[in-house]
Amino acid sequence: MDKASKSKFSLKKRPTSEKLVDVGFKNIVVAMASMVAIVLFSIFAVVYYESTESISRYGLRFLFSSAWNPVTDEYGAFTAIYGTLFTSIASLLIAIPLGVGTAIFITENIIPEYIRNVIGIMVELLAAIPSVVLGLWAVFIMEPFIRPFLNIIFELFGFIPFFGTQPLGAGMMPAILILVVMILPIITSISKDSLNQVPSKLRQAAYGIGASRWTTIFKVIIPAAISGITGGVLLALGRAMGETMAVTMIIGNSNNFSWSIFAPSYTISSMLANQFGEADGSQVSSLMYAALILMILTLLVNVFAQWIVKRLSLKYQ
Amino acid sequence: MNYTTQKSLTYNPSLTRNIGNKALNIASALFAIISVLPLILVISYVLIKGGSYINLDTLILEPEPPGDDLLSAGGIGPAITGTFIMSVIASIISIPVGVGGGIYLAEYSKSGKFAKFIRFGSNVLAGVPSIIAGVFIYAIIVSTKILFGSMFSGIAGGISLSILMVPTIIKTTDEALKLVPNDMRRAAFGVGASKFTMITNITLPAAFSSISTGVLLALARAAGETAPLIFTALFSRYYITSFDDLFYEMGSLSVLIYNFALEPYEAQNQLAWAASFILVVVLLSLNILSRWIGTLGAFSKNKV
Repeated sequence: MDKASKSKFSLKKRPTSEKLVDVGFKNIVVAMASMVAIVLFSIFAVVYYESTESISRYGLRFLFSSAWNPVTDEYGAFTAIYGTLFTSIASLLIAIPLGVGTAIFITENIIPEYIRNVIGIMVELLAAIPSVVLGLWAVFIMEPFIRPFLNIIFELFGFIPFFGTQPLGAGMMPAILILVVMILPIITSISKDSLNQVPSKLRQAAYGIGASRWTTIFKVIIPAAISGITGGVLLALGRAMGETMAVTMIIGNSNNFSWSIFAPSYTISSMLANQFGEADGSQVSSLMYAALILMILTLLVNVFAQWIVKRLSLKYQ
Repeated sequence: MNYTTQKSLTYNPSLTRNIGNKALNIASALFAIISVLPLILVISYVLIKGGSYINLDTLILEPEPPGDDLLSAGGIGPAITGTFIMSVIASIISIPVGVGGGIYLAEYSKSGKFAKFIRFGSNVLAGVPSIIAGVFIYAIIVSTKILFGSMFSGIAGGISLSILMVPTIIKTTDEALKLVPNDMRRAAFGVGASKFTMITNITLPAAFSSISTGVLLALARAAGETAPLIFTALFSRYYITSFDDLFYEMGSLSVLIYNFALEPYEAQNQLAWAASFILVVVLLSLNILSRWIGTLGAFSKNKV
């Protein structure tokens, strides 16, 4: 090598400024990532700290009492907890067959692909409609429309406690239906993704030994995609439990416990939305206790969802 | 033994399995129709009913207090600007945090323990109900008056919305950067680029379209949120006129819909429908725009 090219390609030390920028950037990025952990922990810490007064005063009794009396300072969240669990699980039971059925319909080749794509996009756009707009729609359009049907059910089956009160507008049943609308897109799009990921070899093998389309779906495709579908269902459950606005507008907001699904009720989030504004003193603390319970419930569901996806997936990859 | 049985190979529609298949085909089609029905109903009601109340006055005027004037309720102008301002505040906070966090996950610590924990944490944060984010901000900012003595404020509202945006942005940034081929990174290092230069000049531009998709989706979700705002920004009937107004109550489209839907007056209800029209049109356009941008990038999911 001659001298000229040597000097051209000589090694050069990185300037200190460049190193500083590099290290500084890494530190900033680490700080940004840590923000997630900090916010998550502080949400827990703050909600727990604010509810300590109520926790020490009522303890677990809070979970089983449905008293809510700001005058005598007696608080219990049983109605709200029951309402949260009942509405979210009932809506899930309706939304699972609908959502998974739609996902199967979109991923099978029953009708031409472009129609299926349109249906898929429409269901996903449903997720883009804000919950307060769905609530408005539920209050003015859906609830008046379904009330006659609910009345028929009440008249025929009114002797069963679940249908024991006359539907008079806002109540648990319309809230369940609007929750179905809200969680359908989640279940459908996640089920669709996991059904699409099932290798086509499995389907061809099933067809090859003479299985029909739906035998293949029930015996091969769904079992192979079950991890994703379960994960989606659990995410939807978490969403349904925490959903606030649409439910608050349509559930009737009453702390009186009733077995009937036509009676007004409460969920934890609608109780918070309704009362937090004008609450003070130990009522705030009790509301924070209810918020803590809601957080723990959704946290359990979400962690379980992540665990189950990890546990059951990777079977066919 | 004789394995050959005399059966026709032609399709026989009266077989049980063929009837069953048909029935299930129809059932799944029915489920799909039922799932699409709510969207069509909601959108058509919002567009027709809400659209019929839209005029220049509704878009510009300030809303009147309920019950004052039974014929006119004013307009939704301040709510539109309020939603816009709070979305901007939320974006200013959440885009650096979300993109930064995503860069850390994808470029610095692909599968380290801390990265796993952050991924888990951001999934958990995504599942935290939005109302809890509102309660949290209420407890640390509104009730402590930490922001220069102001209580309910547009800034507090923006901060609570940013909590909802961060997990989505982190996740999409992380996934978008992972789709950029490692060859590009090695090529950048090979010509002597520092890691900072490599990220800012090579991988971020390559992943830009996917990241913007995530940001737009997060923004569309945050702009429609109500629950965190009712404890943090509350509601105001007035336009903001100065920078100081950011530290006071601020109206938003979603809270306007919530407040006015429950009023017993027809005029206020109409205003709620008009506000949902604007909100739904803006959010659906944001969603469609983000889908379109997502298909543009060189390494977007749809192309790899």
